Amino acid sequence: MFEDVIYLDNAAATRLDERVLEAMKPYFFDVYTVATSQFGYSLGIDARDALDDARARVAVGLGATPEEFIFTSGSTESSNLALKGVAMALGEKKGQHIIVSRIEDFPVLHSARALEKQGFQVTYLDVDEYGRLDLDQLREAITPETILVSVQAANQEIGTLQDVATIGATCREKGVLFHTDATHSVPRVPLDVRETPVDLITVTAHLIHGPKGVGGLYVRKGTPLAKWMDGGFQESNLRAGTENIPGAVGFAKAVELVTPEETARMQGMRDRLIERLLQIPHSRLNGHPTLRLPHNANASFRFVEGESILLHMDMRGFAVSTGSACFSRSLEASHVILGIGGNHERAHGSVRFTFGRFNQDRDVDAVADAISDVIEKLRAISPLGKE
Amino acid sequence: MPLPYSEIVMEHFRHPRNVGRIEDTDAQAMEGSPACGDMVAVYLKVDPEELRITDVKFESYGCASNIATGSIITEMAKGKTLEEAKAITWKQASEALGGLPPVKVHCSVLAVDGLRAAVQNYEERHGLVKERVPTTVEVVRKRLKRVMNPVVGLDLVRTKLVEKIEVADGTVRVVLHLPADHQFAANILEEIAEKIEPLWDVDKVVVEFTE
Repeated sequence: MFEDVIYLDNAAATRLDERVLEAMKPYFFDVYTVATSQFGYSLGIDARDALDDARARVAVGLGATPEEFIFTSGSTESSNLALKGVAMALGEKKGQHIIVSRIEDFPVLHSARALEKQGFQVTYLDVDEYGRLDLDQLREAITPETILVSVQAANQEIGTLQDVATIGATCREKGVLFHTDATHSVPRVPLDVRETPVDLITVTAHLIHGPKGVGGLYVRKGTPLAKWMDGGFQESNLRAGTENIPGAVGFAKAVELVTPEETARMQGMRDRLIERLLQIPHSRLNGHPTLRLPHNANASFRFVEGESILLHMDMRGFAVSTGSACFSRSLEASHVILGIGGNHERAHGSVRFTFGRFNQDRDVDAVADAISDVIEKLRAISPLGKE
Repeated sequence: MPLPYSEIVMEHFRHPRNVGRIEDTDAQAMEGSPACGDMVAVYLKVDPEELRITDVKFESYGCASNIATGSIITEMAKGKTLEEAKAITWKQASEALGGLPPVKVHCSVLAVDGLRAAVQNYEERHGLVKERVPTTVEVVRKRLKRVMNPVVGLDLVRTKLVEKIEVADGTVRVVLHLPADHQFAANILEEIAEKIEPLWDVDKVVVEFTE
């Protein structure tokens, strides 16, 4: 029944690639045991090998060694571990100050707020109208008390890429740890820890046609990080719990299936869609025109409301997302749109389109035609924008 | 796939009735909610002899529940006298729509407020307003019954969130049984101000949170 849906919410979740499922299958039915030490039974050793292999394959994409990469249940857990783990490790020894950007996704933002309640001091850095971090403000914000800077590699809503290399270099120069949430960028926008000074990186499988429930955290060798998921000694004794081996194998396969050619194809679709969206009267692009995720387009349309747009698009067979307060569970307008200087009205009429592997070129015109029509219809019943 | 909205809501959202403007309107009102950003405009044609609504139209800058309530409430109001139209409650509109999700109640209340405000606009334009009553604790309490607690979709008074109301020298003080950092605190605060501030003898609204 959903075959005809044109799905453009790939920044929320993606359809699993069959090749990923095929790679995972043996670890549900044949090698289904826990990963044992080399003194365990054969199946357990096979499971251990599969896990080590998956770890090495994901780590290599980041330019990291396998020992520097741990699997988690997804980016929410990874970012929680990064922020709270560093806070627990250094809070008493070094200082109680953390710096994050104002437009981080909730795992980082809410971890920072949780630490604030524990007595940590948090600085929320501003971004410009495109969502780019103010680097001077970052330099000024770092104090001797600062233990961690966490700035995302790319924004979840407006797709803006940050200058991770410069932010990392600034942190390195000041002797402060740097975490980046690369949930939405890696591996489509590559990040190599041999070139970029970054200490902790959050990544996930479910946005690159891998399985949900598996992600990871890159932890540069020697980074002080406290364990807070207590239990066994798994994942370099940083994250207890029976390893999700099918998930890890699926993650590795998903990473390998991402190619620069595919990313270039998405970027082409993105650019054409943005061009079409900006032809709609009273529309504006959210995020940076060029420094943005290759698969993300986001625009605001005046005089119309996002949830209404979304429902009308759904009736026509398109899945998109909005930053409108009406759509959010908390009734709060998108903190990202507000963070880039937008008002509630701009968030109210914002729509995000994110491409994935299974989108086709013809989807661009189809979605552009549909949204133009929906907006025209909703504007006809709106009390605003008539005079 | 079960949608959070009833079939009737979706039908009115897809094909809203009485949409648009009345060019030579006898009365009009625009109501907005700072909490969610929705706005609704209501236009009336009234038979001056019978004080009966002969035509009513609405416009919406809002979500599905706002559009659907605007649609149903204009259907309900058409042909009614002004007194009857004023008496239409949000509950009646919601029931006619087959219910609304709790979190969406305030977007829908807005449409009901829009109709009432348009009727009031007609009364003001035609000298039908009765003597202005001074604001009392009871007047405030009545207004607070139109502010929703978004968590449960019932009003503040019914959900016992209002601990105390004081009215003195043009200042209304409301004490809420709610932590100041509650997820909806800011929304509730804005909606209280929106409902109480327009009262003719109120200069200032102070809301305090306990806990």
